Amino acid sequence: MTDYGLLTSILHAILVASTPLVFAGLGALIQERAGVLNLGIEGLMIVGALAGFAAAIAGQPLGISVMAAALAGALLASVFAFLVLKCLSNPVATGLALTLFGLGLAALAGAQYVGRAAPQIAVWEIPLLSDIPVIGPALFSHDPLVYLSILVAVCLWWFLSFTRGGLVLRAVGENHDSAHALGFSVQGVRFLAIITGGALAGIGGAYLTLVQTPLFVEGMTAGRGWIALALVVFASWRPFRVIAGAYLFGSVTILQLHSQALGLAIPAQWLSMLPYIVTILALVLISARGQGHRAPGSLGQLFRASR
Amino acid sequence: MTGFRLKALGLSALLVLTACSDSEQAATEATDAPDGQVKAGFIYVGPVSDGGWTYEHDQGRLAVEAEFGDQVTTTFVESVSEGPDAERVLSQMANDGADIIFTTSFGFMNPTIKVAEQFPDVKFEHATGFKRADNVATYSSRFYEGRHILGLIAGEMTESNVVGYIASFPIPEVVRGINAAYLAAKSVNPEIEFKIIWVSSWFDPGKEADAAKALIDQGADILMQHTDSPAAMQIAEQRGIYAFGQASDMAAFGPTAQLTSIIDDWSPYYIERVGAVIDGTWESGDVWGGFNTGMVALAPYGDAVPEAVRSMADEARAAISEGRLHPFTGPINKQDGSPWLAAGETADDGTLLGMDFYVEGIQGTLPSAN
Repeated sequence: MTDYGLLTSILHAILVASTPLVFAGLGALIQERAGVLNLGIEGLMIVGALAGFAAAIAGQPLGISVMAAALAGALLASVFAFLVLKCLSNPVATGLALTLFGLGLAALAGAQYVGRAAPQIAVWEIPLLSDIPVIGPALFSHDPLVYLSILVAVCLWWFLSFTRGGLVLRAVGENHDSAHALGFSVQGVRFLAIITGGALAGIGGAYLTLVQTPLFVEGMTAGRGWIALALVVFASWRPFRVIAGAYLFGSVTILQLHSQALGLAIPAQWLSMLPYIVTILALVLISARGQGHRAPGSLGQLFRASR
Repeated sequence: MTGFRLKALGLSALLVLTACSDSEQAATEATDAPDGQVKAGFIYVGPVSDGGWTYEHDQGRLAVEAEFGDQVTTTFVESVSEGPDAERVLSQMANDGADIIFTTSFGFMNPTIKVAEQFPDVKFEHATGFKRADNVATYSSRFYEGRHILGLIAGEMTESNVVGYIASFPIPEVVRGINAAYLAAKSVNPEIEFKIIWVSSWFDPGKEADAAKALIDQGADILMQHTDSPAAMQIAEQRGIYAFGQASDMAAFGPTAQLTSIIDDWSPYYIERVGAVIDGTWESGDVWGGFNTGMVALAPYGDAVPEAVRSMADEARAAISEGRLHPFTGPINKQDGSPWLAAGETADDGTLLGMDFYVEGIQGTLPSAN
């Protein structure tokens, strides 16, 4: 590794630690803006992690591995969509089941991949920008997925704010009865949102196995799917705030490790708690601010066409 | 619509059920053991596939099967969390007719004692703990003997004089390992410094990898770990530095990075104890085996370890095994400067088992275990 300053390596590590959360958070966000509460993000992530890793082991290039992860996430999400949209099952219970199922499925199917190492992903250095001292190598010398995560957030923001499709999706999320009365297909929009969200969560999981720790073991998402769900609330359902939240969370995680190595006299348990405490505090602050930060009106409600 | 809803409920229930049985893979090979057959149960804190701690316990289980063949059946439950869940799993195993149950993590201590009271006829074996009963024995390995060798190698081979140490929880076993490695490293390299990160987990590859990166970024050129996944080894390989594996040979993840690895070999103990149940001679007790019993072993040295260092390490290993050398031999002061061992004095097992202090020279504060 090149001889970065400590600050540079900390910034670099923060971006790497945060990127899975950015993908998964955006995946949860698009579903929630359409009124779908999907607690299965963790399960979608680990299945994506396995699919991406399996493709990389089979010698596929990064692009194909990422697509495999997205496809696996989307496939599993379609099971959720079928149960919730078609069979009208309780979304909370179904989401929890999806998490448990995904973890179990990945453990079972992934047994043959345990103990193998994926090839390393090449770094894309952005010309000129990566030459800036300190922040250049920290921010502009990453694997392509880091840049992709930002791009996805920009696209999602643009889609939700400036396109007709985004408006329809938000309408379905805010008040599905009105959207239905206007002639929009509530279930169709939600299906697409769930599939897209599943694909994004899958990519988030794949980032873990392809870049952060290029190996696969069961349960390696270690609760990141739940953090992603909290991030969406933290971000009051806005894409750029998901990025901010993810980076904040990543910062606290990485900084607590560094402060320990520096020998700061703070109990390790407190440092481990810190990321979660920050999240809870942010949630409290946001809910206290009220208006404009509330959840989509139809979030988590089942839709049944009245006629 | 009711039909639909019922169907959906059934489907989700099915999902939950399959998921549960997957994540706990109770690999029962025979539910009702024929008469005279001994049934041995194992509960693991991580997945069998962790490539470290739990993997080695499962190797011990397989060795028991290979040794006794038809005389024994074994079952295991993996990824059991340390807490109330462990009690549930233990009770179920005992109810299913297990004759002897091995609980293979420190955190299973209280659940083991509690369930053992309810099943006086079942024998329990708890790894790395200190609470015993008539039907609860404890066993552990003197991993610190292996850590002593790791410390010697690290002290000789570091160029930055900074060793990065990824620790899990501040329990005596882990603290003992840090102290043993530090004292050994210091004895061959007075400039040595240990940077220690507690990740508060036995198994979180992402976090272990982040901790490894943080330590390397802060100047460590050799990593030691007391967590169970090979993530740190992999980071060491990527960054071109050296590392020691934990519990199992991790050379597959760091072909050039791994200097050696402490290997836990539970097979001799498990075979002996299951054999005792078969013979009807099982008694509660406490076994703490080291190099001399074969319960602690080392992986082959990596290519990077020079000949002189190898022979020094081998000599120290032989000395420990023959009882000529104790890794904790005075004079040793505690971190605060107060004397612990006088010159020539060796540590007694009681102090080692309850070790809750750093030795002099280690920087940073030891988190309290409670």
